[in-house]
Amino acid sequence: STTGACGAIQKLTRVRVVDNSALGNTPYHRPPKCIHVYNKTGVGKVGDKILLAIKGEKRKALIVGHKMPGPTMTPRFDSNNVVLIEDNGNPIGTRIKTPVPYTLRRREGEFSKVLAIARNFV
Amino acid sequence: RVSSDGKPPKFQPPPKPVIIDRKTQKEDKRFLSPEFIPPRGRTDPLKYFIERKDMIQRRKVFNIPEFYVGHVLAVTTAEPHASTKSQRFVGICIQRGGKGLGATFVLRNVIEDQGVEICYELYSPRIQAIEVLKLEKRLDENLMYLRDALPEYSTFDVNMRPVPRMAHEEIPVNKLQVRMKPKPWSKRWERPKYNIKGIKFELPEHKMKAAQKWSQPWLEFDMLREYDTSKIEAKIRKELSEELEK
Repeated sequence: STTGACGAIQKLTRVRVVDNSALGNTPYHRPPKCIHVYNKTGVGKVGDKILLAIKGEKRKALIVGHKMPGPTMTPRFDSNNVVLIEDNGNPIGTRIKTPVPYTLRRREGEFSKVLAIARNFV
Repeated sequence: RVSSDGKPPKFQPPPKPVIIDRKTQKEDKRFLSPEFIPPRGRTDPLKYFIERKDMIQRRKVFNIPEFYVGHVLAVTTAEPHASTKSQRFVGICIQRGGKGLGATFVLRNVIEDQGVEICYELYSPRIQAIEVLKLEKRLDENLMYLRDALPEYSTFDVNMRPVPRMAHEEIPVNKLQVRMKPKPWSKRWERPKYNIKGIKFELPEHKMKAAQKWSQPWLEFDMLREYDTSKIEAKIRKELSEELEK
């Protein structure tokens, strides 16, 4: 059998945590990896929640940018960016310096707190 | 002027004047956007004719400036979720693709140490303004290798002032040789298939020689791959000039 087409963020992709939380920024000998995507398909795009394995513990996270090209007029980032989040949707960090796409604004209700700490929009 | 024989000298006709028609020469070299040239194929040319009419209609309303790969552009688009309802993005054009109304161009910039690329559609009604900030061509038609180059070559100031264009004739070619990050790269740019002249390869000699193994020197002589666009271009130029005068 053949493997399915590789998408943006799926199980075992290494991601880059972009906020200024302690968990995301302390160095560890293993990079943070995705272990589950909360989606009907196992592929995560911008605005999807995933489960991350960081420093030996499990944390939920929100995808804010991926390397795969999306629809035209949307930005494509050079790294798979992710923001750490708790179960109720509150972000763990207090600031997001890296640019975040405007498409997240569409779901203002779910991600209002994450959008509030984001500085730059693309 | 008496020759030694006593006969009149042989009639030498005056040299023919070489007429260089500067007007028609200029018309041939004037810029024609690459998305007007139809791709080679068996589709009905009527489809491309109708598309070109729509493209000209859009160009009458909205000014799409002349730009090449390597120019630094600033694009303002209508963004429903932005506070000011519009978003401005500055970047270097790394690729121009697509033909007809679906023509796109990709702008790249590095913001806060994060590389961002946006693929814009030239004829999308969401685009409100395109300004050319810096005019310069590069040595290649495709600058995708900037993804694997050091980030300093892709950073452009968001608030940079437009550099005024000097003469109305040539567009300067920047012969910059870009330095790359250490390998692995997203594509093997040293291979002759990409034919890149704008990278300063710091690879050892034997690697450069090994890359030449994949060269296909017979491709440039392949007659079935030839696509001569001179006549098509001339027709399209005439069509454009007629429509734009209306």
